[in-house]
Amino acid sequence: MAHSQADYQKHVRTYIGVFLALAVLTAVTVGVSYIDLSTGPAIILAVFIASIKASLVMAFFMHLLNEKQVITSLLLLTAFFFGVLMILPVLTSG
Amino acid sequence: MSEAVIKHIADPHPVTGVTNSKLGIWCFIASEVMLFGGLFSTYILLRTGAGADWPIGSDLLNVPLATLNTMILITSSITMVMAWASLTINKFGAYKKYMTLTVLLGVAFLIVKSFEYGMKFEHHIYPSKNNFYAIYFVMTGLHVLHVIGGLVVNLYLLLPGSKLWHKAPEQFMGRIEAAGLYWHFVDLVWIFLFPTLYLL
Repeated sequence: MAHSQADYQKHVRTYIGVFLALAVLTAVTVGVSYIDLSTGPAIILAVFIASIKASLVMAFFMHLLNEKQVITSLLLLTAFFFGVLMILPVLTSG
Repeated sequence: MSEAVIKHIADPHPVTGVTNSKLGIWCFIASEVMLFGGLFSTYILLRTGAGADWPIGSDLLNVPLATLNTMILITSSITMVMAWASLTINKFGAYKKYMTLTVLLGVAFLIVKSFEYGMKFEHHIYPSKNNFYAIYFVMTGLHVLHVIGGLVVNLYLLLPGSKLWHKAPEQFMGRIEAAGLYWHFVDLVWIFLFPTLYLL
């Protein structure tokens, strides 16, 4: 998959932007942990920020924005079963 | 005996539209998501079961060291993607530079982690201490094993494996892309482990 020099420069700018966003969001993650929140909202906020960071990595570093349908379908199936795994302990705990 | 040929490792398969190696690494990553998913599910079960008795991670674990490791892994993700991007414009020297940085950052992560574990062991804190430390050591330990696995692959692709670039550049780029996808996945796992274990 050869790129032109212009494409390369565009990609590099995107990668640097994503890196800076990840660094800022890491600082935000640590910062909000010092806010006196109860456990529930604290977990929701932390997982929300982590999800934004994960989306950035998947979309830009793993190139999922431009990926073929076979890969995105596979990942949607995985995400569904991952979701089931996350919900199961909540549903089954008394 | 005729030599076995693996088809569609450099050119896309006509049915899937992607190379078999790319489909393979994504299937592997999907299985890894379920592996770590099982452990995150266990964490939720233990935490909801313990209620208010569950400790706050930041009271027991070293947040500055974990934050440093987060930054190290994020930086290694950009050097990894830059290694791949360098090959797309035929800059093999730049690939070598970025891949070396990726390997060094991976080693730095392990060094920081060893300090963190070392401090716990000095205080006789092991997985058997309680459920919190059990899930902490299992999840971070499994993650460390994944970092080591990625380092071995990256080191191979940096040194002996890089000879392939001169014979079959498309196939070599496919390998770097696959190794990169795995490395980014290792970063993704840490992105969730960090707040879950260390901050909440």
